[in-house]
Amino acid sequence: MTPQLGIFCVLAALSVLGALSLILQKHPIHSALSLIVVMVSLAGLYLLMGAEFVAAVQIIVYGGAIMVLFVFVIMLLNAGVEEHTNLSKLAGIAGIPLTVALAGFIAAAIARSGEAVQAAAQTGAVSSTRGISTMLFKDFVYPFELTSVLILVAILGAIVLAQREK
Amino acid sequence: MSSFLTTNALLIITLVKIALLLFMVLTVNAYLTWFERKVVAHIQSRWGPHRVGPHGLLQPLADGLKFLFKEDPTPAGVDKFVYFLAPLLSLALALTSIAVIPFGPDPIHLFGRDIYLGIADLNMGILALFAITALGVYGIALAGWSSNSKYPLLGGLRSSAQMISYELSLTMSVVGVLLLAGSFNLREIIDAQAHHPQWGIFGWNIWPQILGFICFFISAIAETNRVPFDLPEAESELVAGFHTEYASFKFAMFFIAEYTSMITVSCLCAILFFGGWLSPFPATPAWNFTHYLPSLLLIPFGLWVIWDGIRYETIFGRLILPAIGMAIGAAGAALLYFPQVNEFLQGPFWLLSKVFVFLFIYVWMRGTLPRLRYDQLMNFGWKLLLPVSIANVIITAFAILKWGAR
Amino acid sequence: MIPTNYYLVLSAILFGLGVIAFVFKRNIIVIFMSIELMLNAVNLAFVAFSQAMGKLDGQVFVLFVIVVAAAEATVGLGIIILTARNRQSLNVERVDLLKL
Repeated sequence: MTPQLGIFCVLAALSVLGALSLILQKHPIHSALSLIVVMVSLAGLYLLMGAEFVAAVQIIVYGGAIMVLFVFVIMLLNAGVEEHTNLSKLAGIAGIPLTVALAGFIAAAIARSGEAVQAAAQTGAVSSTRGISTMLFKDFVYPFELTSVLILVAILGAIVLAQREK
Repeated sequence: MSSFLTTNALLIITLVKIALLLFMVLTVNAYLTWFERKVVAHIQSRWGPHRVGPHGLLQPLADGLKFLFKEDPTPAGVDKFVYFLAPLLSLALALTSIAVIPFGPDPIHLFGRDIYLGIADLNMGILALFAITALGVYGIALAGWSSNSKYPLLGGLRSSAQMISYELSLTMSVVGVLLLAGSFNLREIIDAQAHHPQWGIFGWNIWPQILGFICFFISAIAETNRVPFDLPEAESELVAGFHTEYASFKFAMFFIAEYTSMITVSCLCAILFFGGWLSPFPATPAWNFTHYLPSLLLIPFGLWVIWDGIRYETIFGRLILPAIGMAIGAAGAALLYFPQVNEFLQGPFWLLSKVFVFLFIYVWMRGTLPRLRYDQLMNFGWKLLLPVSIANVIITAFAILKWGAR
Repeated sequence: MIPTNYYLVLSAILFGLGVIAFVFKRNIIVIFMSIELMLNAVNLAFVAFSQAMGKLDGQVFVLFVIVVAAAEATVGLGIIILTARNRQSLNVERVDLLKL
């Protein structure tokens, strides 16, 4: 059990526990906090894989901006504990075992195909940020500019949605 | 036993460094509160704390004891988990951000190993700091929401909105420095400013990045919720803002978190724009006499403390102050007798002096400036500061294209 | 060096949990958060493959996914606020005016 494997197990367990907590909590703010735990542990996993820039962007953008937006909306709408209706009991009895079976089947299929993926593993030499920025501005310039336009459109959309009726 | 120590040496050294750094940061926090109260009081023509111990020096101890023994009520109807989590989160994040700051250039040689001054020399030091700052919004938002009361909710929402608005200009204003240094590593940023050692103070990042520094400093004051941006915790408008419903120990945690983030931001200002541990004098051999500056400052200061202590009013002061003065004077003299220790301490001395200057500016602004209204604050952040920091990035990029980074 | 399969299995588990949350929760905001969970699971798979192949394409794509998720969260939460104000409830089962 190398230290790396130990850290991986801790972070993976933390993310799965966070995802389970997202499902099982009754109050949406607790679900939001669980999702933040998942994101931070995923950022730790990215760091473990050597993707330091992506880890930092994950925490700054996902954990520090998008989830803050979720928390604000939950606070503004004064979301309370979920109500129970009768429509979902049947789905629960039939659905959860099926979903677990599906996820387990996918996981087993992946785990059994181990050798093919591992054979292609190489180590990267260039630093993550420098490499990403070179690729972003040389090969992926067109999608980069398109995502800037996308964000602009999203901002305009949010402003239009938030306007009061005249 | 010794083989256990040698195999886990790095872990043990890091744990010892963490314990030492935590102790030092908490002590500096405590005396920063004393310093702030004294300076603000003198700006307002009054004395500040001067009864508890000589010159009020034991005031932080009294405050700490008060925080420990005061009643800690939990209001009714709060969400217990989030109510207890919020101050813990603030404190943990604020204290974690000190880990990436390097305090000196040279390592200490102990037990055959090089021990660097600084807990984690990350290659993405600045990014890690921004990540921790980004998560700091949660402490305040959750504190405001979980208190189940109007004023904290308003204060928490306003403060979080302010923090995420000024985070943008904070990160953009640092990009100019990163372009000049070519790395996220804090150590390499300081080394990039030492590229021309004969320039001394003129090699620091403040000259090419004066606009970036102004944007960074103003955004940092808004990030740490200090005057003139402290409407969310204003005493006169919002009772106490997001920490109204928090008493003794939990309030102390918010307090420590705020002062620690103040210290972190001052360290960042010093490292990014003012050369970190570099001396303002050129580093050529002709200027070696400036290495005696720490002793030259410490010995007169120690003598002054002795002289002031002898004439102090209370007996306790007449005993303690001369002892402190003699300790300071002895430290200054010891630096003269041990030139290697003197050389080693040059870096940390300059860094700590610059941090002290920035902390003084923070406290000075607290005593002098009025508060910004909330809409003025948001207008300023989005309409003035963000475009100016983006303009700084563009101008720096063009300048580097034309003239090269160094 | 951790085998890539471990990351992929974790990604599959997280994606499955996201699907369960999406199907079974009734609060519209929690459903939205489960979408973010699924996107994160996919990001993990991208970065795992990027490390396995030694190229940085996966990480660049993760950046694009994060940006698109941010834009989607912005507009989606705006719509949620409007819908909640109109229907006075955050329960998806109450938004059933178009039902037969």
